[in-house]
Amino acid sequence: MTAGQWAAVLLLGALAAWSVVRLAALDASRWAGVATAALFGAWVLVFWEILVRALEVPRVLLPAPSLILEALAAHAPRLWADAVQTVGKAVMVGWALGCGLGFTVALAIDRLPFLQRGLLPVASLTSAVPLVAVAPIAVMWFGFEWPSKAAVVVLMTFFPMLVSTLAGLRAAGMLERELMHSYAASYARTLLALRLPCALPFIVSALKINATLALIGAIVAEFFGSPTQGLGFRISTEAARMNMPLVWAAIVVAAVAGSVAYALLVALERQVAFWHPSVREA
Amino acid sequence: MAERAPHPGWRRAALHHGLPVGVVLALLLLLWYAAAWALNAPGAIERVLDADAGYTWQELLSTTMSMERPLMPAPHQVLLDTLESLTEWPLDSPRNLLFHVAVTAQSTLLGFVMGTALGLVLSVLIVHSRTLDRALMPWIVASQTVPVLAIAPIVLVILGSLGFSGVAPKAVIAMYLCFFPVTVAMVQGLRSPQRMETEMMHTYAASRWQALWLLRLPAALPYLFPALRVGVAAGLVGAMVAELPTGAQAGLGARLLTGSYYGQTVQIWSALVLSALLGLLLTASVAAVERLVLRKRSGA
Repeated sequence: MTAGQWAAVLLLGALAAWSVVRLAALDASRWAGVATAALFGAWVLVFWEILVRALEVPRVLLPAPSLILEALAAHAPRLWADAVQTVGKAVMVGWALGCGLGFTVALAIDRLPFLQRGLLPVASLTSAVPLVAVAPIAVMWFGFEWPSKAAVVVLMTFFPMLVSTLAGLRAAGMLERELMHSYAASYARTLLALRLPCALPFIVSALKINATLALIGAIVAEFFGSPTQGLGFRISTEAARMNMPLVWAAIVVAAVAGSVAYALLVALERQVAFWHPSVREA
Repeated sequence: MAERAPHPGWRRAALHHGLPVGVVLALLLLLWYAAAWALNAPGAIERVLDADAGYTWQELLSTTMSMERPLMPAPHQVLLDTLESLTEWPLDSPRNLLFHVAVTAQSTLLGFVMGTALGLVLSVLIVHSRTLDRALMPWIVASQTVPVLAIAPIVLVILGSLGFSGVAPKAVIAMYLCFFPVTVAMVQGLRSPQRMETEMMHTYAASRWQALWLLRLPAALPYLFPALRVGVAAGLVGAMVAELPTGAQAGLGARLLTGSYYGQTVQIWSALVLSALLGLLLTASVAAVERLVLRKRSGA
C-alpha cells in the first residue's frame, strides 16, 4: 500500500472514531444505544476487511469478512445440514429433555424436604464440574450419532433447571401462602394458582442459561467424535485442514443459532413473566 | 459474627444438612453400582462367563464388577485406578494423574489470572467512558448467548502458526472464557454505588481515581466473586477442550481423548473424577478467598 492509501485509512479511522463517539454522546434512548453498538460493529468489520487485505494477513491467521461471507454462501447447504444435525437434533432434544427432567424431579421432591436438602448442595456443586467431559463416555454408550450429544446436553441442562425450579417453588411469599391456606386450597391448587406462577421467572431464566449451555455442550461433544456432520465436527475438521473461512462461517452459524434461541426465550419471558420486576424494568 | 461463635445447635445443624447430603451421595453410589451391573452384564455373559456351563448370580456380579474394559466401571475400580496412578508412578510420569491435573490446572490458572486482569481493566474503562459503554458493552453482553468455546480450534490454529505452543494457547482460551463473565459483573458492580455515595465523593472533591479506589472497587467486590467462580469453572472447561485437537500428550482433556481412542474406560472415568475434583477445588479456593476478603471488609 502506498503512503496515500495509508493516509486514507487513517482518515477513515478518525471518521469512524468520531462518528461512534458522537452517536454515543446522543440522548439516552434505547435506539441510540442499539445504533451505537451496530455502528461500532460495522466499523470493526470494515477495518477488519481493509487491514487484512492491506497487510496481506495469511488466510490461515484471519480470513477477511468477505471471505467468510463467501464461504457461508458457497457452503450454505452443508452448513444448514450441520445446523440441523447439531441444533435441530442434539441441542433441541437434549435441552427439552434436560429441562423437562430437571423440572419434573424438582416437582417430585417438592414435598420431600429431606431429599431437597440432600440434593440441592450436590446439584449446585455440579456447576463447578466440567460436565461436558462425559462426552467420550456418551459416545461409547450411545454411538457417534446425535443421541450421544443429546445425552451430554441432558446432563448439562438438568442441574441448572433443578436448582432454579426448587428456588422458584420457594419464591412465593408467606402472606400469599397463608392466604391460599385460609381458602382451604389443596396442595395441587396452591401449586397451580400460586407457586408455579411465582416460579416462572426462575424457570425461564434457567431455560435461557440452558440454551447457551446446550449449544456449547453439543458442539464440544462433537469434538470428541461424531458422524461427518454437525457444527462442532465442521469446526474441528476444517480447522485441522486450515480451511479457516469455513470454520468462521460455521461459528457464525452457531452464534446466530445461540442469539436466535436467546431472543425467542426473552420473548417468551415477556409473555409469561410480564409481571416480574426484572422484566418490567427492561 | 455468628459463624465464629460456638453455635449451640451446630450438632443438630450438621445432622440437618449433612445427613440428607450423605444419604443422597450414598444413593448415587448405589445407583452407580446398579448401573455398572446392568450395563456390564451382557458383555460379561458374552465374553467372560461360559453360558453353556451355566453360572451363578454371584459369579455374574463379581465379573461385572471387575471387568478389564467395562462399559461402566464400578466405583471401586475407578478409585483403585486413580490411587494406583497416584502412588505407583513418580509425579513427573505421564502415568501419574496428578501430572495431568497439574498441566491442566496450570493453564487454567494462568488463563484465569490473565482473563480476570483483562476483565477488570476493561470494566473500569467501560464505566468511565460513555463511548465504550455504548459501543462495546452490548457486544460483550451478547457474547454470553453465543457458544464462544467454539472459537477454541481457531485460537489453537492461529497461535500454532504464530509459533506458540504448550501452555500459551490453552491459557488464552481459558482467558477469554473467564474474561466475559468478569467484565459483565464488574461493570454492574462498579455502577452499584448509590447516587448519594457518588455525590458525597464529589463533595469531598475526590478525584476519579480516589472514587474508583475508595468507593467503586469495594462496592464491586460482591459482584466480582460470583463471576470469578463462574470464570474459573469455564476456564477449566476451556483448558480441557484446548487439549483435544492438537493431540496433546498431557492434561486431563488429552487423557480423556486417549482413553476414548483406546477404549480404556477406567482411565476415562478416573480422569473424569479428577477433573471434577479439580473444578471443585478451584471454585472452593475462589470461595475461600471471597469469604476472607468480604469478612475483612465487613469487620473493618
